[in-house]
Amino acid sequence: MDLPVIESTPQKTGGCSAGSCGSTSDQMGGMSDEIRAKVQDHPCYSEDAHHYFARMHVAVAPACNIQCHYCNRKYDCANESRPGVVSEVLSPDQAVKKTLAVAATIPQMTVLGIAGPGDPLANPERTFETFRQLSVKAPDIKLCVSTNGLSLPDHVEELSRHNIDHVTITINCVDPDVGAKIYPWIFWQNKRIHGREAAEILIQRQQQGLEMLVAKGILVKVNSVLIPGVNDEHLKEVSKIVKAKGAFLHNVMPLIAEAEHGTFYGVMGQRSPNPAELKNLQDACEGDMNMMRHCRQCRADAVGLLGEDRGDEFTMDKIDAMEIDYEAAMKVRAEFRAKATADLEAKRAKAHAPKMPQAQVVQFVPRKEKSALVGRRVLMAVAAKGGLVAVHFGHANEFLVYEASADGAKFVGHRKAEQYCDGDVSCGDGESVLDKTIKALEGCEVVLCSKIGYEPWGNLEAAGIQPNGEHAMEPIEDAVMAVWHEMLAAGKLDAKPSANKVA
Amino acid sequence: MALEIIESCVNCWACAPLCPNKAIYEAKPHFLIDADKCTECLGDFADAQCVAICPIEGAILNELGEELNPPGSLTGIPPERWAAVQAEIRAR
Ligand code: SF4
Ligand code: SF4
Repeated sequence: MDLPVIESTPQKTGGCSAGSCGSTSDQMGGMSDEIRAKVQDHPCYSEDAHHYFARMHVAVAPACNIQCHYCNRKYDCANESRPGVVSEVLSPDQAVKKTLAVAATIPQMTVLGIAGPGDPLANPERTFETFRQLSVKAPDIKLCVSTNGLSLPDHVEELSRHNIDHVTITINCVDPDVGAKIYPWIFWQNKRIHGREAAEILIQRQQQGLEMLVAKGILVKVNSVLIPGVNDEHLKEVSKIVKAKGAFLHNVMPLIAEAEHGTFYGVMGQRSPNPAELKNLQDACEGDMNMMRHCRQCRADAVGLLGEDRGDEFTMDKIDAMEIDYEAAMKVRAEFRAKATADLEAKRAKAHAPKMPQAQVVQFVPRKEKSALVGRRVLMAVAAKGGLVAVHFGHANEFLVYEASADGAKFVGHRKAEQYCDGDVSCGDGESVLDKTIKALEGCEVVLCSKIGYEPWGNLEAAGIQPNGEHAMEPIEDAVMAVWHEMLAAGKLDAKPSANKVA
Repeated sequence: MALEIIESCVNCWACAPLCPNKAIYEAKPHFLIDADKCTECLGDFADAQCVAICPIEGAILNELGEELNPPGSLTGIPPERWAAVQAEIRAR
């Protein structure tokens, strides 16, 4: 399975780069390759690249110009792990120093993003000062930026002048009536504007910014927060529109709302979507758009490979004590990149080898009919590390979810879990954490891990999820397909859908 | 005639660049307004700029000590609801 998130060539999008708008199939093919080349080493966009490459964010942009109902500007505690929340706001000089320190220490670090804690483009001086310095001092680092879009049109020109090839816009709606339920106010032309009027302005600016970026040839990713009962159905339309305008990827993330976060949605009891709802929506939008399934909603100042936070090694006082020879580091980084790229290519070539004939044969059958061929689709959760089934069930803080079928194993998302076994003698409230994990795995029929304890085994089975520790240290896709074929041989996969099935 | 920033300020930087009189400055533990410089934006803007962008209810007061963004005005959360939820969380 090779980069499914960016694999399909967008059909008939307004994929007009740099002003020329002819969309012949040749150009579209070219565009697709170009996008692929741009994102294939990007840990956030490429499913297999995130095992080799890493990103970091620096928190230089504290101010925001809008309020979202899923955000609380007040809370900022050290234990906070919601997206966009950080403790340490850096000056541009500090941010540059931190970036160089991390890049010199962790050669995998290829992408630097500015995403908050506020809106990077509501802090243009701080954001662009950081980018300006890095473009000069570390030309081997890719830059990216996320924005709510309100001031985006004012900054497209400046963005195009830097070494920036990815911009993420959070677009939750294209209808101001929906927007009024998500955004209580915006700050616009020296006034605070509330309600529908505010949403109308924000939507217009987001769409204008998206068009301007595409016209400049800058890659645009769209993020949406799925809010059940508010924009769930509406996101299908959002997906169509942003694709038509040339966004290359649409990432639908679940709302995270808890009363203790102090957000409007949290306090007012707005619920979060369950994993099945999220997947259903992603499936519904997939026909229209290259969806992104493996987003980890990372902490804004997370450092290191996805899912592996090394932020503690790089606090400002530790960085001040470091001496960085970036010239030397760049050589090491270049060598590392060459090796990792070669590894990746080899792996990708292997994945394409005719090892699984089914995958090759049925590849061009439309998706809906495929499942009828042999055996139904099964969701499996995997406790994985480095592309292998390598994590003890009780140590997993997330599970990758694969959909197995005659077409092969397809990565469809990930589920967060709390580690209930911390090696402590007394397992404390382990029970309830296990229950939470089982709930998080809803819809999965199998969980693959390197090892699993006796107790969770029983509870999982009771919940209709079959634990499997027989494929420890095997590559994920091989293991998932082996289990699927076992189930098929055992007659567990007759064509009629089971009650447990989510897809 | 001057406004005041109090301790609930979260140091988000949003207000400082907007002030037409450069009256707002970074300080510990939170941003402050230089009362000699603040004009409440009279003559420059219809609305006091710091008040218009500040995301934190109650962080900016007028000369009478009144909250210019009172509870519920920015988040949309009714204050009674907020109090009830806080009490519920504390009781856990
Ligand atoms: S009211 Fe206006 S002049 Fe006074 S501090 Fe705020 S922005 Fe500055
Ligand atoms: S906008 Fe409000 S919270 Fe932010 S720094 Fe100014 S006074 Fe403080």
